[in-house]
Amino acid sequence: MIVFDKPHALIDVPLHYCPGCTHGIVHRLVAEVMDELGIEGKTIGIAPVGCSVMAYDYFNCDMIEAAHGRAPAVATGVKRADPTKVVFTYQGDGDLASIGMAETVHAAARNENITVIFINNAIYGMTGGQMAPTSLIGQVTQTSPYGRDPKLCGYPIKVCEMLRELDGPEYLERVTVNSVAHVRAAKKAIKKAFQNQLDGKGFSLVEVLSSCPTNWGMTPQNALKWIDEKMIPVYPLGVYKDRSATQEGGNK
Amino acid sequence: MDKVLMKGNEAIAEAAIIAGCRHYFGYPITPQTEIAAYMAKRMPKIGGTFLQAESEIAAINMVYGVASAGLRVMTSSSSPGISLKGEGLSYLAGADLPSFVVNVQRGGPGLGGIQPSQSDYFQSTRGGGHGDYHMIVLAPYSVQEMAELTVKGFELADKYRMTAMILADGTMGQMMEPVSLDLQVAEPPQKPWATTGTNLSRKHNIINSLSLVPEELEKLNVARYERYKIIERDEVRYEEYRMEDADVAIAAFGIAARVSKNAVDEARKMGIKVGLIRPITLWPFPKAPFAKAAEHVKQFISVELSMGQMIEDVKLASECKVPVTLCNRVGGMIPTPKQVLEAIVAADKGGKL
Repeated sequence: MIVFDKPHALIDVPLHYCPGCTHGIVHRLVAEVMDELGIEGKTIGIAPVGCSVMAYDYFNCDMIEAAHGRAPAVATGVKRADPTKVVFTYQGDGDLASIGMAETVHAAARNENITVIFINNAIYGMTGGQMAPTSLIGQVTQTSPYGRDPKLCGYPIKVCEMLRELDGPEYLERVTVNSVAHVRAAKKAIKKAFQNQLDGKGFSLVEVLSSCPTNWGMTPQNALKWIDEKMIPVYPLGVYKDRSATQEGGNK
Repeated sequence: MDKVLMKGNEAIAEAAIIAGCRHYFGYPITPQTEIAAYMAKRMPKIGGTFLQAESEIAAINMVYGVASAGLRVMTSSSSPGISLKGEGLSYLAGADLPSFVVNVQRGGPGLGGIQPSQSDYFQSTRGGGHGDYHMIVLAPYSVQEMAELTVKGFELADKYRMTAMILADGTMGQMMEPVSLDLQVAEPPQKPWATTGTNLSRKHNIINSLSLVPEELEKLNVARYERYKIIERDEVRYEEYRMEDADVAIAAFGIAARVSKNAVDEARKMGIKVGLIRPITLWPFPKAPFAKAAEHVKQFISVELSMGQMIEDVKLASECKVPVTLCNRVGGMIPTPKQVLEAIVAADKGGKL
């Protein structure tokens, strides 16, 4: 009896992510969902520019590498080319909330029937730890060496809260993966975001608060604690929009 | 089939549909808005997609998505919008994706004006974005050619897995002429590389322009240029007009070539032996007719709606064996046949105007 196995949708190769980075967990959750929904063969994933740029080497489904921030526009093209296919983007905070904000907002406003996995770790990882649009007030990064000062560089962007105001998007939820319970909840949200697409419901985004021990300058354990202590107070977990549930009179 | 009276921009749109394009993405900009308007009306009726994107950047990336899925797709814009598409054009080249792009040029730089121009010659023939790459650049000079070169553009894009661009100008886009839409379209090739889902029956396909190992990236660039050599050998197009005995040769494309043809006819009536070489592909540039003409003409005149861009290719192709002068207007102005005729007369006398 097999009690634990790698998901088929995840290729069995070493990942390039740093020790303690939670990209690996989220990759696995996405792959498990593809397996459980039986959609790997008809799924096209769009990788971003950033730490997960090489996600195309890890997911077993067809993959496209997009220009920085443009994944939702590329996904729009792929989905319009064949609406029977399942299309997801996997993007970080610099990609989705800075250079690609217009593409994100407009894909949401159009209720484009795609799934967006948004990794928010409050920093640019791949380029060595610069300030992200989601970096916290006071957070020390390579480009905010004295801490993020809102007078100089403004405030963290809360993507779920912002997109919630649009009529377009179907489903917005913020989760994290810093504990077993949180990982389970994240899996449920990701599965719903894909199921929504299969049901033709539209734009579904799951924001995952993630860790970056390398660029935060922390041990993996302390990085997971930092999510609880520093990130969640600024980025509360929860469902920010679930249109179908609301329309059906469900709890929100 | 009977001819119909159409604007150049509309002819491009209808020809694209005839070529099998069912996906159009664009962003409003003068003077090419008729293309989007035409597509907005037609696409829903034939099961296609018209989508007004949030930006030129998004539009070219939607093109990237449909091209990845293996279907014929296009976008159109005008000069400032093409600059925004530059990033996407580079990525399309890096990922070896076929796409079809229209630039109905207007005067620049910056916001410039909305009147005709040819000042994006450098931008389009040298690639437009970052990195080593080319696009196939087609320069129509009539509404009929707007239609025919559109079909050709889709075919070449698929054949060589690269972007084909129509480089027109505001005049070409706006003017109306009778056009025959009885266009022959070759069947698109199979695209086994497309990301259409593995169906769990093959290894996953990856559309990508990232290559972090320099030895591998070098190989990819060299292989792409081997493909370009084939295009330079097989796909060059041009028209020669009254060149057989010419002492003076004009180089002109698009609207400048139409003006120049009138000037050539007038000069011939005056007994001046002048001809015209009209590049139809701006990349690959038709080097051979210029090299041949350099053996018997005493001067080339490059007639352009720019400060002199194609003139550099004329000098290169003719190896500067004879003088090459410029006859131009810019900023949305068009040279008159009289201005070109004066340049011809001056060249025939051996002087520079």
